[in-house]
Amino acid sequence: MTDTPKRTPLYDLHVELGGKMVDFAGWEMPVQYPLGIMGEHKQCREKAALFDVSHMGQVILKGENVGEKLEAICPQAYATLKEGKARYGFFTNDDGGIMDDLIVSNAGDHFFVVVNASMRHQDIPHMAANLDGVEVTEIFDRALVAVQGPAAEEVVGSLCPAVRELKFMETTVAEILGAECRISRLGYTGEDGYEISIPEDRAVEVSRAFLAHEDCEAAGLGARDSLRLEAGLCLYGNDIDTTTSPIEASLNWAIQKRRKEEGGFPGADRIQRELAEGAARKLVGIKPEGRAPARHGVEVQSLEGNTIGEITSGGFGPTVGGPVAMGYVAKGHGAPGEKVNLIIRGKAQPAEIVALPFVQQNYKR
Amino acid sequence: MKYTEEHEWLREEDGVMVVGITAHAAEQLGDVVFVELPEVGDTVSKDDEIVVIESVKAASDILAPLDGEVVEVNEAIVDEPSKVNDDPEGEAWFFKLKVSDASPMDDYMDEAGYKAFIG
Repeated sequence: MTDTPKRTPLYDLHVELGGKMVDFAGWEMPVQYPLGIMGEHKQCREKAALFDVSHMGQVILKGENVGEKLEAICPQAYATLKEGKARYGFFTNDDGGIMDDLIVSNAGDHFFVVVNASMRHQDIPHMAANLDGVEVTEIFDRALVAVQGPAAEEVVGSLCPAVRELKFMETTVAEILGAECRISRLGYTGEDGYEISIPEDRAVEVSRAFLAHEDCEAAGLGARDSLRLEAGLCLYGNDIDTTTSPIEASLNWAIQKRRKEEGGFPGADRIQRELAEGAARKLVGIKPEGRAPARHGVEVQSLEGNTIGEITSGGFGPTVGGPVAMGYVAKGHGAPGEKVNLIIRGKAQPAEIVALPFVQQNYKR
Repeated sequence: MKYTEEHEWLREEDGVMVVGITAHAAEQLGDVVFVELPEVGDTVSKDDEIVVIESVKAASDILAPLDGEVVEVNEAIVDEPSKVNDDPEGEAWFFKLKVSDASPMDDYMDEAGYKAFIG
């Protein structure tokens, strides 16, 4: 962590657009613009929103059999990831905890990896140390911009028709206003959309072109957080960390069948055991019945008054129109429909366990 | 109208003190989604945390600006918290206090002082 927060290539644009800048993981990022978190959230669900995610780490992996080598540090089937495809995954440690989550893309002559801003300093050396014969290069000269929402295809496609053909979790290289961009059809809002890696000297121009579309507005980290929470997506450091296993975090879906059976990744013992026997706790959706948001750290109790877990992410869901939360509950609890109490400011507030996500995901499969 | 460093405004009306939060505070909080008010009849002391207000961003407390008794609360902002953003210094008042000791009023800022305070 450095003392002076870093700035992305879009910093001046954020300020010009009236972004309220905050320090996030050592980066000066917009938490919201004058539209406000609620408005930006709805903009993304209803039309399209542009997010600067340049603070995330972009990494190029070059070498022989990169996908196979990644399998030694990730429980995902990256050896069989086809060219032009992207896949969500995570690094696990020997205890079966999650060191970080990431997106890996097979770009043909290399692999392209995006990791969390707060974990770049750990992930780059981790890959360099564990991927034998692989050249690990962190990219510092490209911005990363996400355009998300039902109108994202119109917004990005109006400048780059090729993106219309991409499906969810596919990636390609194409020119936008003559700038060579890596464009992947994915995101972290629950909506259709793209993440676009742009040469830093063209990032403002390309972003302005997206924002010039009548259906696209800038959105900040605040809306990004409420969007991913409603979509039931984990935030590293809140919902998942080195103490939570992927099975506890209900990320079973992100471990492919072959890897579940064969193991061969850090922490496989615990992860395979939990797959067979169930985990001691499980991440679930929790819907407070009243109006009070239940935030990170709020205790979850059974109706009998026993502590059964804790909220890890919670707040107001603008699309849901009320509070939404995720948290861990002990084995034996957590079936959708189960009634629980949340201890908010010392008072028990009724809530119900619900299936995630809170809003339907709108990916273009 | 007087202002506190906690970004509350106080206005005397029919012998009671009407309290709310300033437009500046409402703007800083962002979209308000939840308000919990004290009960009518509560006796409060200056600096008691008597209101919880939550925006999409975070939770904050509002302190009693004076000693007194809560004589009325604005249920309309509980039902529709966004009123706090729409009209913080008018319709979206929080509570009315029957004041037992008004002397701290002298320490609170006037409008010019508050403007200077928030810069």
